Amino acid sequence: MSFLNIDNVSKHFGSLVAVDGVSMKVEKGECRAVIGPNGAGKTTFFNLITGMLPPTKGSVSLDGQNLAGVDPSQRVKLGMARTFQITEIFPELTVRENIRIPVEIAAGLRLKPWMPAGMAGQIRDRVEQLLDEGGLTRIADRFAGELSHGDQRACEIMMALALKPRLLLLDEPTAGMGDDETHAIARLIKRIHRESHMTIVLIEHDMRVVFNLADRITVLAEGRPLAEGTPAEITANEKVQAAYLGDAA
Amino acid sequence: MTFDVKKQAPNIIVWVLLLTLPLWIEHAGSYIQLGTQVVVMALGAMALNFLLGYTGVLSFGHAAYFGLGAYGAGLTLRYLAPSTGSAIVVGVLAGMVAAAVIGPLIVRLRGVYFAMVTIAFGQVFYFVAFRWNAVTGGDDGLTNWKRQPLHVGPMTFDIQSNATNFYFFVLAIFALAVAVMAFLLRSPFGRTLIAIRENERRTRFMGINVNLHIWLSWMISCTFMALAGTLYALLNNFVDPRALFWTQSGTFVIICVMGGMRSFWGPLVGAAIFVWLQDYLSSLTPNWQSFVGLVFVAVVLFFPRGVLGILRRRALE
Repeated sequence: MSFLNIDNVSKHFGSLVAVDGVSMKVEKGECRAVIGPNGAGKTTFFNLITGMLPPTKGSVSLDGQNLAGVDPSQRVKLGMARTFQITEIFPELTVRENIRIPVEIAAGLRLKPWMPAGMAGQIRDRVEQLLDEGGLTRIADRFAGELSHGDQRACEIMMALALKPRLLLLDEPTAGMGDDETHAIARLIKRIHRESHMTIVLIEHDMRVVFNLADRITVLAEGRPLAEGTPAEITANEKVQAAYLGDAA
Repeated sequence: MTFDVKKQAPNIIVWVLLLTLPLWIEHAGSYIQLGTQVVVMALGAMALNFLLGYTGVLSFGHAAYFGLGAYGAGLTLRYLAPSTGSAIVVGVLAGMVAAAVIGPLIVRLRGVYFAMVTIAFGQVFYFVAFRWNAVTGGDDGLTNWKRQPLHVGPMTFDIQSNATNFYFFVLAIFALAVAVMAFLLRSPFGRTLIAIRENERRTRFMGINVNLHIWLSWMISCTFMALAGTLYALLNNFVDPRALFWTQSGTFVIICVMGGMRSFWGPLVGAAIFVWLQDYLSSLTPNWQSFVGLVFVAVVLFFPRGVLGILRRRALE
């Protein structure tokens, strides 16, 4: 059984079928990209994985555990962390505090009305380590809301990592960014993937990023799976070229 | 831990002013009872601000818990026991239990819906106090009782007729309550509340049970609000249903907004301004509320972060 196993999920909104019988198996340590033209159902598909929406049909399981009826916050406890297409951070807190909150949550302190003896140093070290890994140390004392788009995204990714997830889900991590920022974020994701062998599923529009990062690619079109394979196989696939890459060219 | 004078400056200023208040209040053209009232209203506003400013949830029904505390204290002294301590305990428990029961019914709601439902629950308590003449005295209020001197072991503190002693009694309770709130807000739990204020969706996707955390914040907020209510009743030796009326909730919201809801001491500053304005303007005109309203509008338009928000911005620049 695969680490993330999505079996024939569908999502209907009234008569609109946003996702129609998609299956996907992701192995541990894999970086999987989900691509497709606008309206292909990528974000809905993502929301089915994270539990923001319940599937009309089909099932999702993580590491052998069926996630039917498990709400998003519980899925986080099972090791799923995500970022959003529109960056979701704590704008009026400093970057350091943005990272510190998930670090404390991951340490099991979410309901602690005091800092347990001996934990403070451990928390601080972990926060500084994450700031360093995300290239955020230089801006750690700035308010997250006043950072550039790229820095906010890096902050959000490190917040997700602070939760010590087993599966990292990234919804269009480079959306709306210029070339420099896109490269920086792609480098960050690549480093996370290489160094921690994190299992990553990402939706992405920028094909250079996808072909640079992904081990395998799943292509959706009109809510249905169109193709799946390595970047080389996807590039060579005529159906994909017709439906998607052709459009982009 | 090092002692950072610059960071501690606001705390030092606040405590020096509060501790020396009996020495200067009359030179400032006021009187000690007004100072006590500022501290009581500040405690209530800071309790509300725990929920409003630090969890990002707007309640328009906190008068219910303020009033429950006040009636709990008044009824205890009137019918049960001539003990100020028991009065406070009963009042706080009344508010806490009501908040614990009502909380789960409303924490799923957000924004204006939450505010409306808190008003509705608050009005229930108002009408009970208003109608139940035989016990509460109805519209005339609950009379024929007095706060009692405080007995601690062999010592007796006269907080009944000595206004300065009563001021320090209220200030000691205020200090304790505020210390607990400050301590909670600096804890990992407190930071999850601030996280909810900042971005509820992000917080939920960190695995936080947001409704549970809002419920806990609501309970803490309402409990301290009830404590403020007991002190309010003891200060006046009187309670009437207006303590429970929804406009009283509005007063606390106005105090928080005027003083600055993102600053810990903002509601204290707001309470000082509000209580003083109320006292001064009501001696000049029966329409004093219109003028308080004008000041409020001016603050919202020109200092959207409240008076302390402006001072803090200056300090940062």
